[in-house]
Amino acid sequence: MSLALDFGAVLIDWPLLARGAALTVALTVAAALAGLAIGVAGAWARQQGPLWLRAPVAAYVELIRNTPFIVQLFFIFFGLPSLGLKLSPVAASALAMIVNLGAYAIEIVRGGLLATPRGQVDAGLSLALTPRQVFFLIVLPPALARTWPATASQIVIVMLGSAVCGQIAAEELSYYANLIQSRNFRAFEAYLVATALYLALAVALRRALMWAGPRFLFGRSAAQR
Amino acid sequence: MIRRTLLALAAATLLAGAAQAQTALDEVMAKKLIRIAIPTDFPPYGFVGPDLQPQGLDVDMANLIGAKLGVKVELVPVTSANRIPYLQTKKADLVISTLGKNAEREKVIDFTAAYSPFFQAVYAAKALPIKGSADLAGKSVAVTRGAIEDMELTKIAPAAADLKRFEDNNATVSAFVSGQTQSIATGASVADNMIRRNPQLGAEFKFLLKESPNFIGVAKGEDKLRVKVNEIIAAAQKSGELDKLAQKWLGRPAGDLPQ
Repeated sequence: MSLALDFGAVLIDWPLLARGAALTVALTVAAALAGLAIGVAGAWARQQGPLWLRAPVAAYVELIRNTPFIVQLFFIFFGLPSLGLKLSPVAASALAMIVNLGAYAIEIVRGGLLATPRGQVDAGLSLALTPRQVFFLIVLPPALARTWPATASQIVIVMLGSAVCGQIAAEELSYYANLIQSRNFRAFEAYLVATALYLALAVALRRALMWAGPRFLFGRSAAQR
Repeated sequence: MIRRTLLALAAATLLAGAAQAQTALDEVMAKKLIRIAIPTDFPPYGFVGPDLQPQGLDVDMANLIGAKLGVKVELVPVTSANRIPYLQTKKADLVISTLGKNAEREKVIDFTAAYSPFFQAVYAAKALPIKGSADLAGKSVAVTRGAIEDMELTKIAPAAADLKRFEDNNATVSAFVSGQTQSIATGASVADNMIRRNPQLGAEFKFLLKESPNFIGVAKGEDKLRVKVNEIIAAAQKSGELDKLAQKWLGRPAGDLPQ
């Protein structure tokens, strides 16, 4: 078997790959920020929220965690227009990723909340803190810190999952890899380059998250607790 | 002894050859029957109607040729993959099945003149003013990545056109049908099917991207039949019958077809 590789044919289109990688990163950042917010709010709702809110949040978590991402994406992009909601490919991709990550983040954060020792809550309440202060100052930071590796992994999974957003013409990294491949028929090289880029993005993203979490989200002292 | 057997065999082969030398056209005229291969999975050229009978442009063309020859037509359903083998193994006298002409095929079968257009084009709602590629500026177009129409559109579309490339024809059609894009670039067959099933879109042919007309296939060396069919095609083109067929099934006249 002779394999004549020509990476030049793929790398000549590096501006396209760079643009695709930029959109992949942008989608992931949006999904991480909004998804995490949903995660905290949802975990609070499931544990301490009003009763009428618990069932809908639980249903949302089960619905999203038990259906494929690509079906959720297609539903948002191809299905919602018949209800009058038309989203651009990028907006639909971002929404699908946020909704997807949100559901997983709720369960991850909730696990962290459940592991909070009861005594910490009681101690906070006995210091005359309000329940809200207890949640945000005492319970949440260590809960986020405990579950941060799992959260970071889930964000990386969602970033890799965004590869299917190219199917609805969102011009992310794999969209351009596909496009380049269909132009020059250099499938092996195109997908190998895309693979390397995804690997680099995933490693960089995980490091960035592990660096940023203790600094901006829950404080270093919480991380050590 | 062996030599004599061989001679007899050779003679028999020669005789059989002579019998086969009767051309396909002679055979058709003698039997008063012509077998024509048509597609049944490729609207609007050939598909099965609600009455379970094959219909479409290719079917009409087959019947037209039968009528001009004054013989009965036996329709033989074929697929894209087996239409040329049907001709080579003489299971069909003619193949009228959206057959495009290329060098590889010309090595194994002969072609008549073109009888109908096949093309990739841009389609959009009647209300949307699009007359040519320049009008696509600022408008979104759904197109299947890597298809001929993608190649053509990429060449001629203005930079301001918003090309949305999808994975396959189904996703491209879904995007247009659900209103995610204002227009769609696709093959005549896909577009016809889409418009037929979604009359609410009010979609119509806007402008042509690329022509790749269809030819009728004849078995290699059947020159008499080929010449005869060419006469019929030329006459039908002159009388406007080809235009009428194209208008009926494709929504546009046949135009200039290559010989």
